[in-house]
Amino acid sequence: MKTWDAIVIGGGHNGLVNACYLQRAGLDVLVVEKNDWVGGAATSRELTPGFLYSNCSYVCSLFRPEIMRDLELPRFGLQVIAYEGGAVLTRDGDYLGNYRDHDAHRREFARFSKRDAEVYDRYARDVTRQCRFIQPLLMRTAPDPASWKPRDLGELLYLGKKFADLTPEEMALTLRFWTMSISDFLDEYFETDVIKANFSISGIIGTALGPMSPGTAYVLLHHYMGEVDGSVGAWGYARGGMGAVTKALAASFQASGGTIRTGAEVEKVLVKRGKAKGVVLAGGDEIFGKLVVSNADVKRTFLKLVEEKELPDTFLRRVRNFKIRGSSGKVNIALDSMPEFPALPKDSPCLRGDLHFTDSVERMERAYDDWKAGRWSADPFLDVMIPTTLDPTMAAPGKHFMSCFVQYAPPKVEGRDWTDADRDAFAETVVSQIADYSPGFRDRIVHMEVRTPREIEAEVGLTEGNIFQGELTFDQLLFNRPVPGYAQYRSPLSGLYMCGSSTHPGGGVMGAPGRNAAAEILRDLARPDHHMSAAHDVI
Amino acid sequence: MMTVATTMAADDSRRAAQSHFRTLRLGTPFQPRLDALAKTGDWYNWAGYRAPHSLWGEELEYFAIRSQCALFDISPMTKYRIEGSDAEAFCNKVTLRDVTKLKPGRVHYTAWCDDEGFVLDDGTLFRLSATRFRLCSQERHLPWLLDSAIGFDVAVEEETESIAGLALQGPTAFACLRAAGFAGVEKLKVFDLAEFPHENGTVTISRTGFTGDLGYELFIGRDLALSLWDRLMEAGELHGIRAIGYTALNRARLEAGLIVANADFVTAEHAIRSNRTRMPDEIGLGFMIDPAKAHFNGRRAILEARARKKLRHVLVGLEIDGNVPAEHAIVYHRKNREVGLVSAAMWSPMAKRNIAIASLDLPYGDSVTDDLWVEIYAMCELKYERLMKRAKVVPRPFIKLDRRTASPPADF
Repeated sequence: MKTWDAIVIGGGHNGLVNACYLQRAGLDVLVVEKNDWVGGAATSRELTPGFLYSNCSYVCSLFRPEIMRDLELPRFGLQVIAYEGGAVLTRDGDYLGNYRDHDAHRREFARFSKRDAEVYDRYARDVTRQCRFIQPLLMRTAPDPASWKPRDLGELLYLGKKFADLTPEEMALTLRFWTMSISDFLDEYFETDVIKANFSISGIIGTALGPMSPGTAYVLLHHYMGEVDGSVGAWGYARGGMGAVTKALAASFQASGGTIRTGAEVEKVLVKRGKAKGVVLAGGDEIFGKLVVSNADVKRTFLKLVEEKELPDTFLRRVRNFKIRGSSGKVNIALDSMPEFPALPKDSPCLRGDLHFTDSVERMERAYDDWKAGRWSADPFLDVMIPTTLDPTMAAPGKHFMSCFVQYAPPKVEGRDWTDADRDAFAETVVSQIADYSPGFRDRIVHMEVRTPREIEAEVGLTEGNIFQGELTFDQLLFNRPVPGYAQYRSPLSGLYMCGSSTHPGGGVMGAPGRNAAAEILRDLARPDHHMSAAHDVI
Repeated sequence: MMTVATTMAADDSRRAAQSHFRTLRLGTPFQPRLDALAKTGDWYNWAGYRAPHSLWGEELEYFAIRSQCALFDISPMTKYRIEGSDAEAFCNKVTLRDVTKLKPGRVHYTAWCDDEGFVLDDGTLFRLSATRFRLCSQERHLPWLLDSAIGFDVAVEEETESIAGLALQGPTAFACLRAAGFAGVEKLKVFDLAEFPHENGTVTISRTGFTGDLGYELFIGRDLALSLWDRLMEAGELHGIRAIGYTALNRARLEAGLIVANADFVTAEHAIRSNRTRMPDEIGLGFMIDPAKAHFNGRRAILEARARKKLRHVLVGLEIDGNVPAEHAIVYHRKNREVGLVSAAMWSPMAKRNIAIASLDLPYGDSVTDDLWVEIYAMCELKYERLMKRAKVVPRPFIKLDRRTASPPADF
């Protein structure tokens, strides 16, 4: 019976990134994927004829350019189209636009407040300073503060030195930034509610926190860390949908000799004498591997795929307490024509970007209140994109695909499981909000896919439907992600590694967890890692 | 299900301003005249406006400043109107120089700092009356000014778009204004300002400028802008009046030893790297600080830095051997120790010298001024010619023209 050098559980983007790096290091790697397609939460699926859906993740920015280069993703077809603007439509029939041009951005803000228009530079400076502090940490393994290994001490010193290099003012801002709510943070700069709502969005997406919850300022930073071909902070669409990212990864993996097995759900990790030996598939097939890497989240990996008796108690308790709360859903809609938004001029670049209808921080917080009570938001926050305005490959000319990210949606409805009726009522909330701003919207709908946390967990395997495989709060970052003592991609079981977004530096289609995990595995195997680019310098 | 109330109507003027996204670079109130003269079509983005690098030839445009008179559109400059019974006290708190010494009808060049004493910007403060000022600057500062205004009886308003501005600079500038019929303009001494009738309104003329030459600046409401332009161009025809772009002006300002925010120093609110910020003493603006003056923003930090010798940099004028401009060259001590950077450089046709403005790490440029060198990489037909040239610290301005200050102004 064949023994693979490595078996990667789950063909999401991090699993594929990890597999690519291991395969390119000369290992014989197998990726096993539950679904009949790879991609995890980065997929493009034709759910109705003629329409390609980015039905889970829907935008691209955070994916590290170093990884794109190492794995030759442009050669394998990945192309990211930066989007041109965005807007928050307001209840008074106006809108606040986001423009890429600095002066247009200022003039737009000045329509609401000349003060806010001019304070933006100060805000951008402070956020940029914080990003520059964090960004170099993304592609480094977090140090173990309890370890006396020279490498951990070195990394701790690196962190300490970076912090010590900050001015006292920046240190204060950094600590505040990592602990504040996005609402409090924005209050220090802006006075206009819609402008604050506009920036709050990045502080809450994907998290089960409201804009007034401490810790959300950091979530904003996480969303600002990306770039599109050097344009820092920019976001874009992957041409062909988000599946193009994982399609390119899969092609790169296969071109280097890797093997993918789809329709193969892992039921258990085979463990013998405290060491991972392979996996058992749902049908009972056993596949043997010298090591196993899990792309699944930390809860799924250690509470479902590994027998509890194999794991230490403290570790298990911490895994159980790891916060991975579902907070969002997705409504994906095929449209037979471009929806009209009377508030927006027809030639507005904002249509080729993200659209929102929550024009105050207060409304966002109220939407969160519903989540706390175990209900989906009656007045939800939507992040709406129509990627077909820039990408002709996803639908026929004139037809459009609309992606609606919806927050908040609880993992359970008032303590019980989601039902189909709940799902339909949830979708109606979303459609009715869009229809308020887009007359005739319902008549354009050809097909709709509604995904509550129940559907996201069932298909993609994200526990509770949490898109980041765990909250990005300070207690679950760096050497505490996913749990203290196990932040370096290893697990209590020899030969079992983690490479998903539950690990440092966290979620988003970034690829860094998969890459960093590969670096640690190769270190354990004493294999060279010349094929892995170091993180780009931040000068 | 909650439905969205769309009853609150957006303010009409706010809605009317939506269409700005169709014109990313605004025209100034003088744009029709500039467009007609823009033979080179060489535009750049000045604070969101379409401004000319040159209009018809940057060499000749420069010589228009020095030998004739040059008309330069300064409308994109940021302008704030500051008015109220506490306007003087407010300006005195915000800016470095002593505003109680600035009489109505006078202008001074000043700068302002954050609480850490780092320079936010430099600019000119016009005292239009006992209770009304205009602050002109490169960058935008409304939040800073509004926050500083708390507790003062003062209104601060941004008026960049509504006020048009022109600089008329050069030896025949006065003759041109006189020919245009601005009676009494000869009485303006350097840094004086006065109002003059123009059509059914008024124009504020000050004897100020950014060239180190005889010159004036004119501010007027945007509606009367074009007729003012025409009046000057017509009257100036025999005095050689020429419209110019920024490249020519930038040369003249360098000869005058004047610095430009975010070219010769980084303004505090834009510095991504915190070690790029500068105190006034570090960019040659220490003369503005009067320790006897009451509290002003940054005072404590600035005085403490002086007392504890915490200043790290100095901005100097350099005279460099040869005639190859040393733009953005590294400055060395004894040809090997890196001690600073040139921020602006040119061969000066007026001084007949190779001049530069540089920022040096102390003590270089202050107590150590010997044996300074600049390393010039001159790209010549796809090859760097590397020159190591001796540099000498010299006082600014690099040229001193008596006609700038002569009163009454000379009639050329």
